[in-house]
Amino acid sequence: MKSEFTPPIGKIIQINGQCIALIGNDIDTDRIIPARFLKCVNFDSLGESVFEDDRETLKGKHPFDLEDNKNASILIVNSNFGCGSSREHAPQALMRWGIKAIIGESFADIFYSNCIAIGIPCFTLTKKSIEEIQNYCENKFLFLEIDLKKSSAKSKNLNFNLEIKESSRKMFLSGEWDATSTLLENENLIENKFKQLPYIKFNTN
Amino acid sequence: MSQDTLFDKVWDLHKVSRLRGGSDQIFIGLHLIHEVTSPQAFGALKDKNLKVKFPDRTVATVDHIVPTDNQSRPFKDNLAEQMIETLENNCLEHKIRFFNIGSGNQGIVHVVAPELGLTQPGMTIACGDSHTSTHGAFGSIAFGIGTSQVRDVLASQTIAMNKLKVRQIWCENKLSNGVYAKDLVLHIINKLGVKAGVGFAYEFAGPAIDALSMEERMTICNMSIEGGARCGYINPDEKTFSYIKNKFCAPKNQHWEKALTWWKSLKSDENSIYDDVIKLDASKVEPTVTWGITPGQSISINQQIPLLDDLSPNDKLVAKEAYEYMSFNPGQSIKDTPVDVCFIGSCTNGRISDLRVAAKVLKDKKVSKNVKAFVVPGSEKVANEAKQEGLDQIFKDSGFQWREPGCSMCLAMNSDKLIGNQVSASSSNRNFKGRQGSPSGRTLLMSPAMVAAAAINGKVSDVREFIN
Repeated sequence: MKSEFTPPIGKIIQINGQCIALIGNDIDTDRIIPARFLKCVNFDSLGESVFEDDRETLKGKHPFDLEDNKNASILIVNSNFGCGSSREHAPQALMRWGIKAIIGESFADIFYSNCIAIGIPCFTLTKKSIEEIQNYCENKFLFLEIDLKKSSAKSKNLNFNLEIKESSRKMFLSGEWDATSTLLENENLIENKFKQLPYIKFNTN
Repeated sequence: MSQDTLFDKVWDLHKVSRLRGGSDQIFIGLHLIHEVTSPQAFGALKDKNLKVKFPDRTVATVDHIVPTDNQSRPFKDNLAEQMIETLENNCLEHKIRFFNIGSGNQGIVHVVAPELGLTQPGMTIACGDSHTSTHGAFGSIAFGIGTSQVRDVLASQTIAMNKLKVRQIWCENKLSNGVYAKDLVLHIINKLGVKAGVGFAYEFAGPAIDALSMEERMTICNMSIEGGARCGYINPDEKTFSYIKNKFCAPKNQHWEKALTWWKSLKSDENSIYDDVIKLDASKVEPTVTWGITPGQSISINQQIPLLDDLSPNDKLVAKEAYEYMSFNPGQSIKDTPVDVCFIGSCTNGRISDLRVAAKVLKDKKVSKNVKAFVVPGSEKVANEAKQEGLDQIFKDSGFQWREPGCSMCLAMNSDKLIGNQVSASSSNRNFKGRQGSPSGRTLLMSPAMVAAAAINGKVSDVREFIN
C-alpha cells in the first residue's frame, strides 16, 4: 500500500504511470478480491487484500508483490478480465492498491461498468499489442502516457491507439462518469416515465 | 441492431433519455438489494445528501452472509451481524420493504423475488448481484449492477447503460431423461465460451426451452452471466403467467386481466431481428460436469478431460492453469473422481423442484461415509414447502445435513467453506479458484440430481444409473 488514497474526481483527461502486467485470461472478481473480504460496510481497507489468495500462492512472486511494481498504476491484462461476480469491491480494491487505468484484450461487462462508475478508464488493445506490452514489462520499467482526448498511449519507444467506448470516453472528458447528478438532472422525465409504465398501475396491492 | 425482440420492447419502454455521453438512461422497475453490495451505496447517498427516490420500487432481503446452522441473533460472526444491522437500519430509515430472517419470505434474493410474484414480465430489474439475470426467465430485462449503480438506482431509479445486442440461442428438441436445465446451460456456456456473451443479452428459445418449468428456466437465465451475458431472458408464456398468478405481490382482481394482456404483447415478434442466432440440439446434451476453473470448462459425464491439443489457442492458457489447480491430468475421466463435500443450494439450484429431484435420488439411500453433504434451501418458503412434503426427512435419513436458507457455500461468505484442497460436487454456479472458501478448494459444478448421485457413491457418478 502506498501513500494515502484519494479517489478521482471530475474530468479525467490524462493518466501517466508505470505499467504492471498481469498475465491470464478469465481472471474473475473472486480472485481480484475473495468473498471473505466483502464482509465490510465500506471499501476503505480493500487495497491491501487485492489478489490475496493468488499472492499467497505465489509467495511474493505475484506482480502485485514485486518491489519494482510498487508504484505502478496502469494495469495490463488479457481477455475477459473481471468476469464473474458484480462486486464493485474488485475495482475498488484495485483502485485502492494504486491502479488508475486498465488496458486489456477484453473486459467482462459488469466489471467494465463498475470501473467507469468509479473513475477507472478501461481500454482495449489487440492480443498482439497486449502481449508486446506485457513482454516489455517483464524486463524493464514501462511508463505510459495515456491521453483520453486522443485515445492513445505512448512511451519513449512505444505508441498505441487505444480503443474505448465512445460514451465512456466522453464521460471521463466531461467529468460525468460519476453519474448520479447527471441522472438526476432529468427528474421530470423520470417522474413521467414512472407514470407511463403499465405495471406500476396494476401492482398497487 | 436487433429489432422487435422482447429486449428491444422492454428497453425502449424504460428509456428515460439519451445522455450526453451517448448511453441511455434506463428506468429500473424493480430494484432488489441485499446486505453485501448496498451499505456503501446508502453511505454514498448520505455523503451526497440524497434520499431514496422511489422507496416502493426497492425490496430487500438478507442472504449472502447469513449462517445456515444457527440463525439466532446476534450472529456469532461480528462482521456478519454488523452487515445485517446496517441493512436493517438502512431499510428502516429509507422505508424500504425488508424480508428479514423469520419473516417467512427471507432467502436468496433471486429465489425470493420470483416466489413473491415481484418478478414479472416486461419489467427492468436490477440488483447488486451478477445472478440478477435469473429474473429474465419471466421475460423481464434483468441484470447485475455494482454498488455505484445501486447508489444511482436508489437516488434516481435509473442507471446509465449502453443498449446490449441480442443473441438468440435456439434449443431444438427436448432434454432427455436424467438431463436437467443445469446440464443444458453448462453445455451452452461450454459451446459458446465464457466471454461470448460480453455486450449481449441472451434470448433462450426453442422447443427445449418451452418445455422447461419456470424454475428450470430460472436456472438457465441465472447462468447467462457465466457465459458473459449480463442479461438472459425467455419470452413469457402460459407457464409464466400461471406461475405468477396468486403470488403475494401478483396483480389481483381487475388488474390481473390487464397485466395478462400487456404481458402477452411483449414477446419477441416472429420476424424480429437478432444480432446473432445460435442453434443447438438439446437432445444431445448429457449430464455435464465442470472439470476446471471456469464454468465453460465442462464435459459430459462419460467424456475425458480435454487434451491441450484439443483446445483452441484461446482456451489453452486457462486450461493449463486448470489442470494444475484441479490436480487433474488431461485425458483423465471425470466419472469416478472422488468428492469430499456435496452441496445442494444456491440461486441456480436451490428451489423446491431442485430439492425434489435430489430427494428422489436419495430416497432410501445413504450418503457415502467419506462425504460431508448438506442442503441449503434457497428461501424460507422453499424450506417450509420441503418440510411439508417430507423432503427434509429424506435428506436427513440419507445423511445430508438440513440447513437454514441462504447463499451459503456457493460463495462461502458464511462459515460453510471447503477446507484445504477438498473437492466439492456443487449445484452452484461458479468453480473459480477459491470460490467455495478455501484458496485451494476445488469445485465441480453439476445438477442437483448429479450432486445427490455423487454423495451416494462418494465420487462423480452418472445419475441416470439411479433413476432408470
